[in-house]
Amino acid sequence: MRGFFALIAIFQATLAGAQDWEDMRVFSGTPDGPELRIVSSTDTSVFAPFITAYQRANPSVTVEYLVAGTAYLDDVYRAAPEKYDLVISSAMDLQLKLANDGFALPVTDTAHPDWAQWRNSLFGFTAEPAAIVINRAAFADLPATPGTRQDLINVLRAHPDRFRGKVGTYDVRQSGLGYLFATQDARASETYWRLTEVMGALNAQLYCCSGDMIDDLVRGDLLVAYNVLGSYAAARPEIADHLEIILPSEFPTTMMRTALVSRHSSNPEPAIAFLRHLIAPGTTATSSSLPGLAQPNSSEPPPIAMEIALLAYLDTLKRRTFIREWENAIIQKP
Amino acid sequence: MVQISGSLRRRLTWTLIGGAAGLAVLVYAFVRSYATEIAQQGQDNVLQASVTSVLDAAVIRDGLIEVDFPYASFSMLETSSDDRVFYAIYQDDRLVSGYPDLPRPAPSPAMETTFQTGAYNETLVRIATGSRTLIGADTRITISVSMAQTQDSLALTLAGIARNVALFGTAFFLLAVALSFWATSTAIGPLQRLTTSVTRRGPQDLSPVTQPIPAEMAPLVGSLNNLMQRLDYSLSQSEDFIAEAAHRVRTPLATVRSHAETMLQKVDREENRTALRSMIRAIDESSRAAGQLLDHAMITFRADHLERQPLFLDALVRDLVMRLTPVADMKDVDLRVHCADPVPCSGDPILVQNAVRNLIDNALKYSPAECSIDITVSASPRPRIEVRDEGPGFPVDEMAGLSSRFARGRNATGIIGSGLGLTIARDVATAHDGTLSLGNHPEGGACVVFSL
Repeated sequence: MRGFFALIAIFQATLAGAQDWEDMRVFSGTPDGPELRIVSSTDTSVFAPFITAYQRANPSVTVEYLVAGTAYLDDVYRAAPEKYDLVISSAMDLQLKLANDGFALPVTDTAHPDWAQWRNSLFGFTAEPAAIVINRAAFADLPATPGTRQDLINVLRAHPDRFRGKVGTYDVRQSGLGYLFATQDARASETYWRLTEVMGALNAQLYCCSGDMIDDLVRGDLLVAYNVLGSYAAARPEIADHLEIILPSEFPTTMMRTALVSRHSSNPEPAIAFLRHLIAPGTTATSSSLPGLAQPNSSEPPPIAMEIALLAYLDTLKRRTFIREWENAIIQKP
Repeated sequence: MVQISGSLRRRLTWTLIGGAAGLAVLVYAFVRSYATEIAQQGQDNVLQASVTSVLDAAVIRDGLIEVDFPYASFSMLETSSDDRVFYAIYQDDRLVSGYPDLPRPAPSPAMETTFQTGAYNETLVRIATGSRTLIGADTRITISVSMAQTQDSLALTLAGIARNVALFGTAFFLLAVALSFWATSTAIGPLQRLTTSVTRRGPQDLSPVTQPIPAEMAPLVGSLNNLMQRLDYSLSQSEDFIAEAAHRVRTPLATVRSHAETMLQKVDREENRTALRSMIRAIDESSRAAGQLLDHAMITFRADHLERQPLFLDALVRDLVMRLTPVADMKDVDLRVHCADPVPCSGDPILVQNAVRNLIDNALKYSPAECSIDITVSASPRPRIEVRDEGPGFPVDEMAGLSSRFARGRNATGIIGSGLGLTIARDVATAHDGTLSLGNHPEGGACVVFSL
């Protein structure tokens, strides 16, 4: 009986999966050419340049690009891994677990640096810091813009009325990336919990994605967004005048957008070719607005390590405990 | 002929090489299995630490189990090959977190960590499982944790070790091969030196081996010395015996001959005279043979203890010819000596004289009447004497064996001789490191070359 319900649940999920894409776009190649299905958490507008650059070299390949949130994407892919050729996500931990669980096809002979790949299966190709994005106008009368999380806590505490209901951050229950940022922050410092409590006291708004947060900032519904992807904000130059992107100076949290080729793909050749194109040196810099991987020995802070320990916070029990603590901090019970 | 069965050198070399190869393989197998054990032990230790750290993080809160999975329990499993990690947490027998189908050993009552190697997710993993009992307000919960890790890094390490050990084994083996060749030739060396020294000996040298030899060869060399001593003794005994016998026979023979000659003068009947003549002839032959035997014994002795002194070959030959001229005149044979310059050389004059006299004797015996014998003495390339007669020459097919003891040619019938003349000449030449060569002159006649 239980199995029957499980079947129904999977069926519903698959049905829903067919409809619940945030975005879906087909980049046509020649009619008889191979097809490549990419499931990704990156907005189409941001990622499209990669695809067009790839198609310039491989004009016959038709690319179907499906966009979903990181957590949802993980569920959909796990349910039907044979339907997709390439998985791209900003949630490094979920991606690493996919590779660990044997969903990734190893791609060897790449010159990719060791720290930006895992088992030749998972490849990082961007380095994007989590940022605090503020509305310049809201901070105009204050002595300085906050440079650290502690500064932000101080500002929020000093002006509760100004910021009540106007502070936004990820809903870590929905967003895989939000959960990754939150857990890495919590690992790094207790400041995260204090900030979360302060934001909770100010009735923080919770979001699924960076895009929505930036939209609300632009509209003025939000004055401060915490742990938003700076790269998304930077990709919209028209807002530069009234929004400011701050990278917390005490410990920046930087994630790598990662890609893996599905081991269950029936025709992995174009996916492997696309992956090679994606991680080739200079591709990110020339064909997109996303920040590429830091050069070795650069002064930029290292991204979240691509290591097996990322699995720790994905443990059911640990996640349950973390979410409960996070809810206690951010959701103010009446 | 010597019967050869195998070679000591080869046997020794192959035994050493085979032993080294066996040892190398043994060392390789041993070190490999030892390294595997140690490497596995290392992985097991880390897995156990990881399991323990997870178990320590488990608490009961409101009757519910809570595990604040420590980040370190994963990061300690980080390897250079990015090994995959799987885990499962069971509360009693119910999975509360992790991978549901991870192989799980039967819970051990002693609460000790158990290890097993099993297949999971299409790969081989090492699984450590530990458990712990948590005691709540009114509950007792047993929590068990399995941590599993793939063995890529381990395999890489082992491959590296195997490669190094194989290299070491090969180097060891090659060294052992070189060593075994060296050891063999060192061991065989004294044997070869002994062989060389025995081979280099003169034909008459039967003195014992006195050079130092290894202990293992002492019995062999002792027996050899013993054998040679006995041989030497028995040889000299027989030589002495022959010389003595010849000497004792010669004197009575002379007496018998003089009696026979006297008798020849007295008898008139022709048949008696003929009988007496052939008697005298037989006595002459015996007496000559006895003389030759004595000569030969003397030569053997002198050749063994050769004492060289400077002499002039030409003078020696002239002196001899002068003494033999009366005999030659009786046959109307002309002895002609050809020599431009003095020919100095070193040797035992008595031996050389004896040898040359035998050669001229031979030439005289086989020469027809009224002809000449040419004796040429020259100094180069080596001091040599060539004696050429106008007789029938040597039978071509017997030439090689003629200088053996008591060998006589087919055409020697009717000519007095013992068959020792050429033997004596050859022995003398050999004792002086020279040669005696027999040949026939193209214009007829025998030609003997005696060179020192």
